[in-house]
This record gives sequence, structure tokens and C-alpha cells, in this order.
Amino acid sequence: MFEVGQKLPVQVFQVTRADLIRYAGASGDFNPIHWSQRTAEGVGLPGVIAHGMLTMALAGRAVAAWAGRSDSLVDFGVRFTRPVPVPDTEEGTAVEFTAVVKQVADGVAKLDLTATCQGEKILAQAKAAVRI
Amino acid sequence: MPLDQSFVGRVYPPHPAYQVGREKIREFADAIGASDPIHHDVEAAKALGYPDVVAPATFLTIIATAANRQIVVDPGLGVDYSRVVHGDQRFTYVRPVVAGDELVVHASIEDILSRGGHDFLTSRFDIVTTAGEPVGSVWTKLVIRGESHEEGAV
Repeated sequence: MFEVGQKLPVQVFQVTRADLIRYAGASGDFNPIHWSQRTAEGVGLPGVIAHGMLTMALAGRAVAAWAGRSDSLVDFGVRFTRPVPVPDTEEGTAVEFTAVVKQVADGVAKLDLTATCQGEKILAQAKAAVRI
Repeated sequence: MPLDQSFVGRVYPPHPAYQVGREKIREFADAIGASDPIHHDVEAAKALGYPDVVAPATFLTIIATAANRQIVVDPGLGVDYSRVVHGDQRFTYVRPVVAGDELVVHASIEDILSRGGHDFLTSRFDIVTTAGEPVGSVWTKLVIRGESHEEGAV
């Protein structure tokens, strides 16, 4: 199902402040930069930002959808290059993922992911290897 | 003040085993919007050959974050948690985590770098079952932002 050079379809996920609270509870990461405007601004951030691991989890969902299975990852790595500010609005912000298939060999496909928010790249060296 | 390089290579004693619960997997899957039935429905997971519901790929972060807290609050290392942002993250998987797993984390500090007023702390977490079966490894790089450097890595 994967071919080298194939560009995988864009997947968009909406992230709201409520999602950050839910993710903090589920993950155990209660760093206040993910829920306190005061703390986030106090350390020089533009405001409350999404957990990097929530962004990565959404990337994982995108990979699962492309692979057609949710249990096929063998290697998954990202660098968080820009924060994802999440405004205190109903719609929050949107995060978009695409990927290119770089290699298919020995039953494993290697994908290079691109993740953007408000047109800015938020991840670098985002790579996933999935069993196919 | 830069983090103490002598902490590189430090190995932390493992916590008691983490018992992976079915409801915790469902809660985590809900929090990230992962609706695949294998995360929620035991029968769907069994149809793919798993004994119970399957955790989403980044679920290991729960266990790694708990183990990382031990490092972050180590008074000798002196990390200011309010200035911490996440730099890099990587997982390698031997198999997915499933409900009923009892997981032990072997945590260590792999690297410390100080650059441009920021500190970069890379920790490694090797996850095995209580029976010694390897499940996967997790690497977390934290960036501890310098007091007077608001630009740069986030």
C-alpha cells in the first residue's frame, strides 16, 4: 500500500484548551505552560502551548490512518521545533500532518512527516517506521 | 548555571512495576482522539491477536514521564521545571503495550548539553515487562530555557 515517493493525504486535527486539560490528566504531564497563561508568558512563550507529546500523539494517529492499522509502528521520532499556541477559543487551533514514503523494504515502510500549525512547521526530523 | 555534566550516564533505580490498565488505555486514547476499536474494545483487540486492548503508540510517554520526573526533581541536578520544554522524543517498539502488561522502566541520563544559555537533557527509558520481555525504548530530550534567552529552541 505504500510506494516510495508517495505523498500521503493531509490529516487535520483540532486542538482546544479542553484537549490540553484532558491530555494533562491522561498523560500525567501537568507542566503549567500547558494550562496557565501566566506561567507560559512568564517563561517567554507566546501563551499556553500544546504538550509536544499531544502533537506527537496526533502524528501517531495520522500514521495509524495512513497505515490502516494502529499497532504497526516500530520506530517513531520527532523534534519539536516550534510551540503550538492554543488560544482560549471554542475552535482552538488546527494541526496538519502530511508525509512522504521514503523507503519500503523488509516489510517496513519509512515515512517522513511534515507537521504544520498556522502555516508554520512545528516538527523537524519527524520520522515513522511502520510494519506493513 | 549549566547542568552538571557528571550526571551523564547516571542510572536511576526502577519504580515498582507500572500496571497497564484497560481504562487507562481507553482514557489516553480518548484524550488524543484515537477512536480505533483496538484501543477500546477487547474483542476488536483479540481479533488482531492481542490479549486485551492495545495502547496508542505514544502511551509509553506516561511511564517515561513518571520516570523522567525522578530525574527532573533530582535536587543534585537542579532542573527548573517551569522553564522546561520538550525538545525531541523518540520511541522504538518491540511490540505494542496492551492492558495487563506490568512494565518496569530502566531510566538513565544519556546526554547533557549546554548551549546558548539553554540546557538540553536527554534521558533514556528502556521498558521491559516484569518477566524481562523487552517492550520498547523511549528517548526524551528536555530543553531547560535560560533565564535571559527567550529566543531559540522551544
